[in-house]
Amino acid sequence: MQKIEAIIQPSKLDAVKDALVEIGIEGITILEARGHGRQKGHTEFYRGREYSVDLLPKVKIEIVTRDEMVEKTIQAIMTAARTGTIGDGKIFVSKIDEAIRIRNDERGEIAL
Amino acid sequence: MFGVPGGRQALAQTAPVTAPASAGSQADRIAALEKQNADNVAAIAAAQTAGDNGWMLVSAALVLMMSGPGLALFYGGLVRKKNILGTMMQTFAMMAVITVLWALVSYSLAFGEGNAFIGGLHNVFLRGVGLAPDIKYAATIPLQTFMVYQLMFAIITPALITGAFAERMKFSAMLIFMVLWALFVYSPMAHMVWGKGGLLNASLGGRFPCLDFAGGTVVHVTSGVSALVTALYLGKRLGYPKVPMPPHSVVLSFIGACLLWVGWFGFNAGSALAAGTLATSAFVATHFGAAAAAIGWSAAEWLRQGKVSALGAISGAVAGLVGITPAAGFVSPMSALWLGLIVGVFCYFMVVKVKATFGYDDSLDAFGVHGAGGTLGAILTGVFANSAINPIFGAGNATGLLEGNAHQLLNQLTGVAIAWTISIIGTLIILFLVDKTIGLRVDEESERIGLDLSQHGEEGYDWAH
Repeated sequence: MQKIEAIIQPSKLDAVKDALVEIGIEGITILEARGHGRQKGHTEFYRGREYSVDLLPKVKIEIVTRDEMVEKTIQAIMTAARTGTIGDGKIFVSKIDEAIRIRNDERGEIAL
Repeated sequence: MFGVPGGRQALAQTAPVTAPASAGSQADRIAALEKQNADNVAAIAAAQTAGDNGWMLVSAALVLMMSGPGLALFYGGLVRKKNILGTMMQTFAMMAVITVLWALVSYSLAFGEGNAFIGGLHNVFLRGVGLAPDIKYAATIPLQTFMVYQLMFAIITPALITGAFAERMKFSAMLIFMVLWALFVYSPMAHMVWGKGGLLNASLGGRFPCLDFAGGTVVHVTSGVSALVTALYLGKRLGYPKVPMPPHSVVLSFIGACLLWVGWFGFNAGSALAAGTLATSAFVATHFGAAAAAIGWSAAEWLRQGKVSALGAISGAVAGLVGITPAAGFVSPMSALWLGLIVGVFCYFMVVKVKATFGYDDSLDAFGVHGAGGTLGAILTGVFANSAINPIFGAGNATGLLEGNAHQLLNQLTGVAIAWTISIIGTLIILFLVDKTIGLRVDEESERIGLDLSQHGEEGYDWAH
Protein backbone atom coordinates (compact mmCIF):
# COMPACT_ATOMS: atom_id res chain seq x y z
CA MET A 1 0.00 0.00 0.00
CA GLN A 2 1.18 3.48 -0.72
CA LYS A 3 -0.05 6.99 -0.05
CA ILE A 4 -0.17 9.55 -2.81
CA GLU A 5 -0.40 13.15 -1.71
CA ALA A 6 -0.99 15.64 -4.45
CA ILE A 7 -1.01 19.39 -4.00
CA ILE A 8 -2.83 20.98 -6.90
CA GLN A 9 -4.47 24.19 -8.07
CA PRO A 10 -8.01 24.47 -6.61
CA SER A 11 -9.42 25.02 -10.08
CA LYS A 12 -8.17 21.60 -11.16
CA LEU A 13 -9.92 19.65 -8.41
CA ASP A 14 -12.92 18.55 -10.43
CA ALA A 15 -10.82 17.39 -13.36
CA VAL A 16 -8.55 15.38 -11.06
CA LYS A 17 -11.50 13.80 -9.24
CA ASP A 18 -13.03 12.72 -12.55
CA ALA A 19 -9.73 11.25 -13.72
CA LEU A 20 -9.35 9.29 -10.50
CA VAL A 21 -12.85 7.86 -10.71
CA GLU A 22 -12.12 6.86 -14.30
CA ILE A 23 -9.15 4.68 -13.33
CA GLY A 24 -11.06 3.09 -10.45
CA ILE A 25 -9.81 4.93 -7.36
CA GLU A 26 -12.50 4.65 -4.69
CA GLY A 27 -11.37 6.56 -1.63
CA ILE A 28 -9.99 10.07 -1.66
CA THR A 29 -9.59 12.78 0.95
CA ILE A 30 -9.50 16.45 0.03
CA LEU A 31 -8.00 19.18 2.21
CA GLU A 32 -8.08 22.89 1.64
CA ALA A 33 -4.50 24.02 1.98
CA ARG A 34 -2.32 27.10 1.74
CA GLY A 35 1.29 27.22 0.74
CA HIS A 36 3.88 28.06 -1.83
CA GLY A 37 6.67 26.46 -3.75
CA ARG A 38 9.70 28.11 -5.23
CA GLN A 39 7.85 30.92 -6.96
CA LYS A 40 6.41 32.43 -3.74
CA GLY A 41 3.18 34.41 -3.95
CA HIS A 42 1.80 37.59 -5.41
CA THR A 43 1.08 41.17 -4.39
CA GLU A 44 -2.28 42.64 -3.41
CA PHE A 45 -3.23 46.29 -2.95
CA TYR A 46 -5.79 47.61 -0.46
CA ARG A 47 -6.26 51.37 -0.53
CA GLY A 48 -2.77 51.77 -1.94
CA ARG A 49 -1.10 49.58 0.70
CA GLU A 50 0.87 46.70 -0.69
CA TYR A 51 0.50 43.25 0.85
CA SER A 52 2.58 40.33 -0.35
CA VAL A 53 0.57 37.15 -0.20
CA ASP A 54 2.95 34.18 -0.13
CA LEU A 55 0.55 31.52 1.13
CA LEU A 56 -1.61 30.76 -1.86
CA PRO A 57 -4.77 28.67 -1.76
CA LYS A 58 -4.17 25.07 -2.82
CA VAL A 59 -6.01 21.78 -2.61
CA LYS A 60 -4.34 18.72 -1.18
CA ILE A 61 -5.56 15.28 -2.25
CA GLU A 62 -4.71 12.16 -0.27
CA ILE A 63 -5.16 8.70 -1.69
CA VAL A 64 -4.03 5.39 -0.22
CA THR A 65 -4.02 2.62 -2.78
CA ARG A 66 -2.55 -0.77 -3.80
CA ASP A 67 1.02 -0.76 -5.07
CA GLU A 68 0.05 -1.69 -8.63
CA MET A 69 -2.32 1.32 -8.85
CA VAL A 70 0.29 3.91 -7.86
CA GLU A 71 1.78 4.69 -11.25
CA LYS A 72 -1.64 4.84 -12.90
CA THR A 73 -2.87 7.23 -10.22
CA ILE A 74 0.15 9.49 -10.60
CA GLN A 75 -0.33 9.62 -14.36
CA ALA A 76 -4.03 10.45 -13.96
CA ILE A 77 -3.31 13.31 -11.61
CA MET A 78 -0.44 14.61 -13.76
CA THR A 79 -2.60 14.72 -16.85
CA ALA A 80 -5.63 16.28 -15.20
CA ALA A 81 -3.89 18.83 -12.97
CA ARG A 82 -1.34 20.22 -15.40
CA THR A 83 -1.81 23.73 -16.75
CA GLY A 84 1.85 24.12 -17.67
CA THR A 85 2.21 27.32 -15.66
CA ILE A 86 4.04 27.93 -12.42
CA GLY A 87 2.24 26.73 -9.28
CA ASP A 88 0.73 23.54 -10.69
CA GLY A 89 1.75 21.66 -7.54
CA LYS A 90 3.56 18.49 -6.52
CA ILE A 91 2.94 14.82 -5.85
CA PHE A 92 4.49 12.87 -2.98
CA VAL A 93 4.42 9.10 -2.61
CA SER A 94 5.12 7.19 0.59
CA LYS A 95 4.76 3.70 2.03
CA ILE A 96 1.82 2.81 4.25
CA ASP A 97 2.25 0.11 6.92
CA GLU A 98 -1.32 -0.62 7.79
CA ALA A 99 -4.90 0.28 6.93
CA ILE A 100 -7.83 -0.53 9.19
CA ARG A 101 -11.54 -0.16 8.51
CA ILE A 102 -13.13 1.19 11.67
CA ARG A 103 -16.53 -0.38 10.99
CA ASN A 104 -15.51 -4.05 10.93
CA ASP A 105 -11.84 -4.48 11.90
CA GLU A 106 -10.74 -5.34 8.33
CA ARG A 107 -7.02 -4.81 7.86
CA GLY A 108 -4.64 -4.38 4.95
CA GLU A 109 -5.58 -3.83 1.31
CA ILE A 110 -9.08 -5.15 1.83
CA ALA A 111 -9.75 -2.19 4.11
CA LEU A 112 -8.97 0.37 1.39
CA MET B 1 -53.82 70.52 10.23
CA PHE B 2 -51.17 67.91 10.41
CA GLY B 3 -51.17 64.19 10.16
CA VAL B 4 -54.55 64.15 8.45
CA PRO B 5 -54.94 60.69 6.96
CA GLY B 6 -56.05 60.32 3.37
CA GLY B 7 -55.21 63.84 2.27
CA ARG B 8 -55.35 62.92 -1.39
CA GLN B 9 -58.76 61.26 -1.05
CA ALA B 10 -60.10 64.35 0.62
CA LEU B 11 -58.92 66.34 -2.38
CA ALA B 12 -60.71 64.05 -4.81
CA GLN B 13 -63.93 64.17 -2.83
CA THR B 14 -64.07 67.92 -2.75
CA ALA B 15 -63.24 68.41 -6.40
CA PRO B 16 -66.63 68.23 -8.16
CA VAL B 17 -68.76 71.21 -7.37
CA THR B 18 -72.47 71.25 -7.68
CA ALA B 19 -74.25 74.54 -7.70
CA PRO B 20 -76.46 75.14 -4.67
CA ALA B 21 -80.05 74.02 -5.22
CA SER B 22 -81.44 77.46 -4.83
CA ALA B 23 -78.85 78.87 -7.24
CA GLY B 24 -80.64 82.10 -6.94
CA SER B 25 -78.56 85.04 -5.84
CA GLN B 26 -75.09 85.82 -7.03
CA ALA B 27 -73.99 86.22 -3.43
CA ASP B 28 -74.87 82.58 -2.75
CA ARG B 29 -72.86 81.40 -5.73
CA ILE B 30 -69.85 83.45 -4.67
CA ALA B 31 -70.10 82.09 -1.15
CA ALA B 32 -70.26 78.55 -2.49
CA LEU B 33 -67.23 79.10 -4.72
CA GLU B 34 -65.26 80.63 -1.87
CA LYS B 35 -66.10 77.72 0.35
CA GLN B 36 -65.03 75.29 -2.35
CA ASN B 37 -61.80 77.22 -2.82
CA ALA B 38 -61.06 77.11 0.88
CA ASP B 39 -61.79 73.38 0.95
CA ASN B 40 -59.41 72.81 -1.96
CA VAL B 41 -56.63 74.80 -0.33
CA ALA B 42 -57.05 72.82 2.88
CA ALA B 43 -57.10 69.54 0.98
CA ILE B 44 -53.98 70.43 -0.99
CA ALA B 45 -52.21 71.43 2.22
CA ALA B 46 -53.21 68.14 3.82
CA ALA B 47 -51.96 66.19 0.82
CA GLN B 48 -48.72 68.13 0.86
CA THR B 49 -48.32 67.41 4.55
CA ALA B 50 -48.98 63.71 4.14
CA GLY B 51 -46.54 63.49 1.22
CA ASP B 52 -43.81 65.37 3.06
CA ASN B 53 -44.25 63.36 6.20
CA GLY B 54 -44.20 60.09 4.28
CA TRP B 55 -40.95 61.01 2.54
CA MET B 56 -39.35 62.17 5.77
CA LEU B 57 -40.22 58.98 7.64
CA VAL B 58 -38.79 56.93 4.77
CA SER B 59 -35.71 59.17 4.75
CA ALA B 60 -35.19 58.67 8.47
CA ALA B 61 -35.35 54.92 7.97
CA LEU B 62 -32.92 55.16 5.04
CA VAL B 63 -30.42 57.03 7.19
CA LEU B 64 -30.70 54.37 9.90
CA MET B 65 -30.05 51.78 7.20
CA MET B 66 -26.76 53.57 6.54
CA SER B 67 -25.68 52.84 10.10
CA GLY B 68 -27.05 49.38 10.75
CA PRO B 69 -26.22 47.31 7.72
CA GLY B 70 -24.39 50.01 5.77
CA LEU B 71 -21.59 51.29 7.96
CA ALA B 72 -21.41 48.16 10.12
CA LEU B 73 -20.78 45.97 7.06
CA PHE B 74 -18.48 48.51 5.41
CA TYR B 75 -16.27 48.79 8.48
CA GLY B 76 -16.77 45.16 9.51
CA GLY B 77 -15.31 43.87 6.26
CA LEU B 78 -12.30 46.17 6.51
CA VAL B 79 -11.03 44.83 9.84
CA ARG B 80 -9.39 41.47 10.52
CA LYS B 81 -11.82 38.67 11.18
CA LYS B 82 -11.14 38.53 14.91
CA ASN B 83 -12.57 42.05 15.20
CA ILE B 84 -15.67 41.99 13.04
CA LEU B 85 -18.24 41.77 15.83
CA GLY B 86 -16.41 44.30 17.98
CA THR B 87 -16.43 46.71 15.04
CA MET B 88 -20.06 46.12 14.13
CA MET B 89 -21.13 46.43 17.76
CA GLN B 90 -19.57 49.87 17.99
CA THR B 91 -21.99 51.10 15.34
CA PHE B 92 -24.94 49.14 16.70
CA ALA B 93 -24.32 50.46 20.21
CA MET B 94 -24.68 53.99 18.82
CA MET B 95 -28.13 53.08 17.51
CA ALA B 96 -29.25 52.26 21.04
CA VAL B 97 -27.25 54.62 23.24
CA ILE B 98 -27.41 57.80 21.18
CA THR B 99 -31.15 57.30 20.68
CA VAL B 100 -31.82 57.32 24.41
CA LEU B 101 -29.41 60.19 24.97
CA TRP B 102 -31.12 62.15 22.18
CA ALA B 103 -34.53 61.66 23.77
CA LEU B 104 -33.30 62.66 27.20
CA VAL B 105 -31.13 65.68 26.49
CA SER B 106 -29.11 65.98 23.30
CA TYR B 107 -32.02 66.86 20.98
CA SER B 108 -32.67 69.83 23.23
CA LEU B 109 -29.01 70.84 23.19
CA ALA B 110 -28.93 70.66 19.40
CA PHE B 111 -32.31 72.03 18.32
CA GLY B 112 -33.80 73.71 21.37
CA GLU B 113 -33.80 77.46 21.84
CA GLY B 114 -30.50 78.65 23.25
CA ASN B 115 -27.66 80.93 22.36
CA ALA B 116 -25.55 81.06 19.21
CA PHE B 117 -23.46 78.08 20.27
CA ILE B 118 -25.73 75.58 21.95
CA GLY B 119 -29.42 74.94 22.51
CA GLY B 120 -31.02 75.07 25.91
CA LEU B 121 -32.74 72.59 28.18
CA HIS B 122 -36.33 73.55 27.32
CA ASN B 123 -36.86 70.36 25.31
CA VAL B 124 -35.20 67.82 27.60
CA PHE B 125 -37.14 64.54 27.77
CA LEU B 126 -38.67 65.75 24.50
CA ARG B 127 -40.92 68.23 26.28
CA GLY B 128 -42.78 70.23 23.67
CA VAL B 129 -41.73 67.92 20.85
CA GLY B 130 -45.13 66.78 19.65
CA LEU B 131 -46.99 66.13 16.45
CA ALA B 132 -47.52 69.76 15.50
CA PRO B 133 -44.87 71.20 13.21
CA ASP B 134 -42.28 73.73 14.22
CA ILE B 135 -42.62 76.30 11.43
CA LYS B 136 -38.99 77.38 11.71
CA TYR B 137 -37.61 73.91 11.11
CA ALA B 138 -40.15 72.35 8.74
CA ALA B 139 -43.65 73.70 8.24
CA THR B 140 -45.30 70.60 6.83
CA ILE B 141 -44.08 67.73 9.00
CA PRO B 142 -44.69 66.89 12.66
CA LEU B 143 -41.87 68.09 14.89
CA GLN B 144 -41.41 64.49 16.04
CA THR B 145 -40.65 63.47 12.46
CA PHE B 146 -38.02 66.20 12.32
CA MET B 147 -36.66 65.09 15.69
CA VAL B 148 -36.34 61.42 14.74
CA TYR B 149 -34.85 62.29 11.35
CA GLN B 150 -32.17 64.40 13.00
CA LEU B 151 -31.58 61.59 15.49
CA MET B 152 -30.40 59.33 12.67
CA PHE B 153 -27.65 61.85 11.87
CA ALA B 154 -26.69 61.96 15.54
CA ILE B 155 -26.30 58.16 15.44
CA ILE B 156 -24.20 57.78 12.34
CA THR B 157 -21.82 60.65 13.10
CA PRO B 158 -20.12 59.10 16.15
CA ALA B 159 -20.33 55.69 14.46
CA LEU B 160 -18.15 57.08 11.65
CA ILE B 161 -15.40 57.89 14.17
CA THR B 162 -15.11 54.24 15.18
CA GLY B 163 -13.29 53.56 11.91
CA ALA B 164 -10.23 55.43 13.16
CA PHE B 165 -9.74 53.49 16.38
CA ALA B 166 -10.94 50.11 15.11
CA GLU B 167 -9.36 46.99 16.58
CA ARG B 168 -7.95 48.54 19.76
CA MET B 169 -10.46 50.46 21.93
CA LYS B 170 -12.28 49.11 24.97
CA PHE B 171 -16.02 48.76 24.49
CA SER B 172 -16.72 50.45 27.83
CA ALA B 173 -14.41 53.37 27.06
CA MET B 174 -15.95 53.70 23.61
CA LEU B 175 -19.44 54.05 25.11
CA ILE B 176 -18.45 56.78 27.57
CA PHE B 177 -16.38 58.57 24.95
CA MET B 178 -19.31 58.60 22.54
CA VAL B 179 -21.87 59.85 25.07
CA LEU B 180 -19.62 62.76 26.02
CA TRP B 181 -18.77 63.41 22.37
CA ALA B 182 -22.44 63.51 21.38
CA LEU B 183 -23.16 66.01 24.14
CA PHE B 184 -20.16 68.30 23.82
CA VAL B 185 -19.10 68.11 20.19
CA TYR B 186 -22.04 66.98 18.06
CA SER B 187 -24.86 68.86 19.76
CA PRO B 188 -23.16 72.29 19.74
CA MET B 189 -22.04 71.84 16.14
CA ALA B 190 -25.52 70.79 15.01
CA HIS B 191 -26.98 73.74 16.89
CA MET B 192 -24.59 76.23 15.33
CA VAL B 193 -25.31 75.09 11.79
CA TRP B 194 -28.96 73.99 11.93
CA GLY B 195 -30.42 75.16 15.25
CA LYS B 196 -32.52 78.26 15.87
CA GLY B 197 -30.23 81.22 16.37
CA GLY B 198 -27.14 79.14 15.60
CA LEU B 199 -23.98 81.06 14.79
CA LEU B 200 -23.56 79.45 11.36
CA ASN B 201 -27.23 78.94 10.46
CA ALA B 202 -27.80 80.13 6.91
CA SER B 203 -31.60 80.03 6.87
CA LEU B 204 -32.39 81.17 10.41
CA GLY B 205 -30.20 84.24 10.48
CA GLY B 206 -26.86 83.09 11.83
CA ARG B 207 -23.97 85.54 12.01
CA PHE B 208 -21.83 83.56 9.56
CA PRO B 209 -24.25 81.87 7.18
CA CYS B 210 -22.49 78.62 6.36
CA LEU B 211 -24.05 76.40 3.73
CA ASP B 212 -24.30 72.84 4.98
CA PHE B 213 -27.24 71.12 3.37
CA ALA B 214 -26.97 67.67 4.92
CA GLY B 215 -24.05 67.72 7.28
CA GLY B 216 -20.68 68.32 5.62
CA THR B 217 -19.39 70.19 8.64
CA VAL B 218 -21.81 68.85 11.25
CA VAL B 219 -21.38 65.19 10.37
CA HIS B 220 -18.29 64.57 8.30
CA VAL B 221 -15.81 67.21 9.41
CA THR B 222 -16.57 66.70 13.11
CA SER B 223 -16.43 62.91 12.88
CA GLY B 224 -13.42 62.84 10.56
CA VAL B 225 -11.32 65.28 12.54
CA SER B 226 -12.27 63.68 15.86
CA ALA B 227 -11.32 60.36 14.29
CA LEU B 228 -7.83 61.64 13.47
CA VAL B 229 -7.40 63.03 16.98
CA THR B 230 -8.49 59.71 18.50
CA ALA B 231 -6.20 57.67 16.25
CA LEU B 232 -3.24 59.86 17.21
CA TYR B 233 -4.08 59.80 20.91
CA LEU B 234 -4.59 56.02 21.05
CA GLY B 235 -1.53 55.18 19.00
CA LYS B 236 -1.09 52.53 16.36
CA ARG B 237 -2.40 49.00 16.50
CA LEU B 238 0.08 46.36 17.67
CA GLY B 239 2.41 45.59 14.82
CA TYR B 240 1.26 48.44 12.57
CA PRO B 241 2.56 48.99 9.91
CA LYS B 242 4.84 45.93 9.82
CA VAL B 243 2.24 43.21 10.37
CA PRO B 244 -0.09 42.90 7.36
CA MET B 245 -3.63 43.94 8.24
CA PRO B 246 -5.61 43.59 5.02
CA PRO B 247 -9.42 43.69 5.10
CA HIS B 248 -10.80 40.25 5.91
CA SER B 249 -13.77 40.57 3.56
CA VAL B 250 -13.98 43.12 0.81
CA VAL B 251 -17.30 41.46 -0.07
CA LEU B 252 -18.91 42.64 3.17
CA SER B 253 -17.45 46.10 2.69
CA PHE B 254 -18.81 46.16 -0.84
CA ILE B 255 -22.35 45.37 0.29
CA GLY B 256 -22.02 47.91 3.10
CA ALA B 257 -20.85 50.65 0.76
CA CYS B 258 -23.71 50.00 -1.65
CA LEU B 259 -26.18 50.26 1.24
CA LEU B 260 -24.52 53.52 2.23
CA TRP B 261 -25.02 54.86 -1.29
CA VAL B 262 -28.73 53.99 -1.25
CA GLY B 263 -29.23 55.25 2.30
CA TRP B 264 -27.54 58.51 1.39
CA PHE B 265 -30.60 59.52 -0.63
CA GLY B 266 -32.43 59.74 2.68
CA PHE B 267 -29.49 61.58 4.18
CA ASN B 268 -29.20 64.24 1.48
CA ALA B 269 -32.53 64.38 -0.33
CA GLY B 270 -34.29 64.01 3.02
CA SER B 271 -32.49 67.12 4.19
CA ALA B 272 -34.88 69.12 2.01
CA LEU B 273 -37.33 68.28 4.84
CA ALA B 274 -40.11 68.01 2.27
CA ALA B 275 -40.92 65.91 -0.77
CA GLY B 276 -40.55 68.81 -3.17
CA THR B 277 -38.30 69.92 -6.00
CA LEU B 278 -35.40 70.64 -3.67
CA ALA B 279 -35.42 66.99 -2.61
CA THR B 280 -35.22 65.98 -6.27
CA SER B 281 -32.34 68.33 -6.87
CA ALA B 282 -30.45 67.00 -3.84
CA PHE B 283 -31.20 63.42 -4.87
CA VAL B 284 -29.73 63.97 -8.33
CA ALA B 285 -26.68 65.83 -7.04
CA THR B 286 -26.02 63.07 -4.50
CA HIS B 287 -26.11 60.35 -7.09
CA PHE B 288 -23.96 62.27 -9.55
CA GLY B 289 -21.40 63.19 -6.91
CA ALA B 290 -20.99 59.57 -5.80
CA ALA B 291 -20.64 58.26 -9.34
CA ALA B 292 -18.07 60.86 -10.37
CA ALA B 293 -16.02 60.30 -7.23
CA ALA B 294 -15.98 56.54 -7.76
CA ILE B 295 -14.52 57.26 -11.18
CA GLY B 296 -12.07 59.83 -9.79
CA TRP B 297 -10.64 57.49 -7.15
CA SER B 298 -10.55 54.55 -9.56
CA ALA B 299 -8.79 56.57 -12.25
CA ALA B 300 -6.13 57.69 -9.79
CA GLU B 301 -5.65 54.11 -8.71
CA TRP B 302 -5.52 52.87 -12.29
CA LEU B 303 -2.82 55.37 -13.17
CA ARG B 304 -0.69 54.66 -10.11
CA GLN B 305 -1.16 50.94 -9.62
CA GLY B 306 -2.33 49.70 -12.97
CA LYS B 307 -5.57 48.22 -11.66
CA VAL B 308 -8.98 49.37 -10.48
CA SER B 309 -9.78 47.64 -7.19
CA ALA B 310 -13.26 47.03 -5.85
CA LEU B 311 -12.26 48.55 -2.52
CA GLY B 312 -10.98 51.62 -4.35
CA ALA B 313 -14.18 52.05 -6.35
CA ILE B 314 -16.45 51.84 -3.30
CA SER B 315 -14.14 54.03 -1.23
CA GLY B 316 -14.33 56.63 -3.97
CA ALA B 317 -18.12 56.48 -4.02
CA VAL B 318 -18.29 56.99 -0.26
CA ALA B 319 -15.86 59.89 -0.52
CA GLY B 320 -18.07 61.45 -3.19
CA LEU B 321 -21.16 61.03 -1.04
CA VAL B 322 -19.32 62.74 1.80
CA GLY B 323 -18.18 65.57 -0.45
CA ILE B 324 -21.58 66.23 -1.98
CA THR B 325 -23.35 66.19 1.39
CA PRO B 326 -22.97 69.89 2.26
CA ALA B 327 -23.60 70.90 -1.35
CA ALA B 328 -26.48 68.58 -2.25
CA GLY B 329 -29.26 71.14 -2.05
CA PHE B 330 -27.31 74.00 -3.59
CA VAL B 331 -25.65 72.75 -6.75
CA SER B 332 -26.60 71.84 -10.29
CA PRO B 333 -26.14 68.30 -11.61
CA MET B 334 -23.06 69.32 -13.59
CA SER B 335 -21.46 70.99 -10.58
CA ALA B 336 -22.15 67.79 -8.62
CA LEU B 337 -20.18 65.81 -11.20
CA TRP B 338 -17.22 68.17 -10.92
CA LEU B 339 -17.37 68.25 -7.14
CA GLY B 340 -17.49 64.45 -6.94
CA LEU B 341 -14.57 64.02 -9.31
CA ILE B 342 -12.38 66.44 -7.37
CA VAL B 343 -13.24 64.92 -3.99
CA GLY B 344 -12.70 61.37 -5.26
CA VAL B 345 -9.15 62.11 -6.42
CA PHE B 346 -8.40 64.17 -3.32
CA CYS B 347 -9.49 61.47 -0.88
CA TYR B 348 -7.49 58.85 -2.76
CA PHE B 349 -4.47 61.07 -2.32
CA MET B 350 -5.21 61.58 1.40
CA VAL B 351 -5.69 57.88 2.11
CA VAL B 352 -2.86 56.52 0.01
CA LYS B 353 -0.19 59.22 0.13
CA VAL B 354 -0.76 61.49 3.10
CA LYS B 355 -1.48 58.71 5.59
CA ALA B 356 1.62 56.82 4.50
CA THR B 357 3.75 59.97 4.71
CA PHE B 358 2.71 60.85 8.26
CA GLY B 359 2.37 57.26 9.43
CA TYR B 360 -0.74 57.63 11.63
CA ASP B 361 -2.94 54.57 12.04
CA ASP B 362 -6.39 55.77 10.98
CA SER B 363 -7.40 52.11 10.70
CA LEU B 364 -10.31 52.38 8.28
CA ASP B 365 -9.61 55.89 6.96
CA ALA B 366 -12.33 57.75 8.81
CA PHE B 367 -10.25 60.91 8.53
CA GLY B 368 -9.00 60.29 5.01
CA VAL B 369 -12.54 59.91 3.70
CA HIS B 370 -14.84 61.84 6.05
CA GLY B 371 -12.54 64.49 7.49
CA ALA B 372 -10.79 65.26 4.24
CA GLY B 373 -13.82 64.77 1.96
CA GLY B 374 -16.10 66.73 4.30
CA THR B 375 -13.70 69.66 4.53
CA LEU B 376 -13.15 69.87 0.79
CA GLY B 377 -16.87 69.38 0.13
CA ALA B 378 -17.76 72.21 2.51
CA ILE B 379 -15.31 74.55 0.79
CA LEU B 380 -16.43 73.55 -2.71
CA THR B 381 -20.04 74.15 -1.65
CA GLY B 382 -19.07 77.80 -1.36
CA VAL B 383 -17.71 77.65 -4.88
CA PHE B 384 -20.49 75.79 -6.69
CA ALA B 385 -23.61 76.90 -4.76
CA ASN B 386 -26.12 78.33 -7.20
CA SER B 387 -29.07 80.58 -6.43
CA ALA B 388 -31.02 79.05 -9.32
CA ILE B 389 -31.04 75.75 -7.45
CA ASN B 390 -31.67 77.16 -4.01
CA PRO B 391 -32.18 80.90 -3.50
CA ILE B 392 -31.32 80.67 0.16
CA PHE B 393 -30.11 84.27 0.34
CA GLY B 394 -33.21 85.57 -1.46
CA ALA B 395 -34.12 85.46 -5.14
CA GLY B 396 -31.52 87.12 -7.33
CA ASN B 397 -28.80 87.19 -4.67
CA ALA B 398 -25.63 85.36 -5.61
CA THR B 399 -24.90 82.31 -3.51
CA GLY B 400 -21.51 80.81 -4.36
CA LEU B 401 -18.17 81.97 -5.69
CA LEU B 402 -18.92 81.03 -9.30
CA GLU B 403 -21.92 83.33 -9.15
CA GLY B 404 -19.74 86.11 -7.82
CA ASN B 405 -20.28 85.79 -4.08
CA ALA B 406 -16.69 85.39 -2.94
CA HIS B 407 -17.72 86.16 0.60
CA GLN B 408 -19.47 82.81 0.83
CA LEU B 409 -16.12 81.05 0.63
CA LEU B 410 -15.15 82.90 3.78
CA ASN B 411 -18.34 81.76 5.50
CA GLN B 412 -17.64 78.18 4.50
CA LEU B 413 -14.10 78.43 5.82
CA THR B 414 -15.44 79.85 9.07
CA GLY B 415 -17.77 76.88 9.42
CA VAL B 416 -14.94 74.45 8.67
CA ALA B 417 -12.57 76.19 11.08
CA ILE B 418 -15.12 76.06 13.88
CA ALA B 419 -15.85 72.40 13.20
CA TRP B 420 -12.12 71.55 13.25
CA THR B 421 -11.55 73.55 16.43
CA ILE B 422 -14.45 72.14 18.43
CA SER B 423 -13.61 68.61 17.25
CA ILE B 424 -9.94 68.82 18.18
CA ILE B 425 -10.40 70.49 21.55
CA GLY B 426 -13.55 68.62 22.57
CA THR B 427 -12.22 65.23 21.54
CA LEU B 428 -8.88 65.75 23.25
CA ILE B 429 -10.52 66.69 26.55
CA ILE B 430 -12.91 63.74 26.41
CA LEU B 431 -10.13 61.30 25.50
CA PHE B 432 -8.00 62.59 28.35
CA LEU B 433 -10.84 62.21 30.86
CA VAL B 434 -11.75 58.68 29.79
CA ASP B 435 -8.10 57.63 29.58
CA LYS B 436 -7.36 58.83 33.11
CA THR B 437 -10.44 57.18 34.61
CA ILE B 438 -11.14 53.81 33.00
CA GLY B 439 -8.50 53.71 30.28
CA LEU B 440 -9.10 53.83 26.53
CA ARG B 441 -7.25 50.95 25.06
CA VAL B 442 -7.55 47.21 25.52
CA ASP B 443 -4.50 45.44 26.94
CA GLU B 444 -2.04 43.77 24.60
CA GLU B 445 -3.38 40.26 25.10
CA SER B 446 -6.94 41.39 24.33
CA GLU B 447 -5.79 43.19 21.24
CA ARG B 448 -3.94 40.11 20.08
CA ILE B 449 -6.91 37.77 20.46
CA GLY B 450 -9.26 40.39 19.01
CA LEU B 451 -12.16 42.48 20.23
CA ASP B 452 -14.78 39.82 19.46
CA LEU B 453 -13.52 37.46 22.14
CA SER B 454 -11.97 39.94 24.55
CA GLN B 455 -14.82 42.47 24.61
CA HIS B 456 -17.89 40.43 23.79
CA GLY B 457 -17.05 36.80 24.49
CA GLU B 458 -18.08 35.56 21.08
CA GLU B 459 -16.69 35.07 17.60
CA GLY B 460 -18.01 36.25 14.27
CA TYR B 461 -16.96 33.15 12.42
CA ASP B 462 -17.02 29.66 13.84
CA TRP B 463 -15.26 27.56 11.23
CA ALA B 464 -15.70 24.29 13.08
CA HIS B 465 -19.48 24.10 12.75
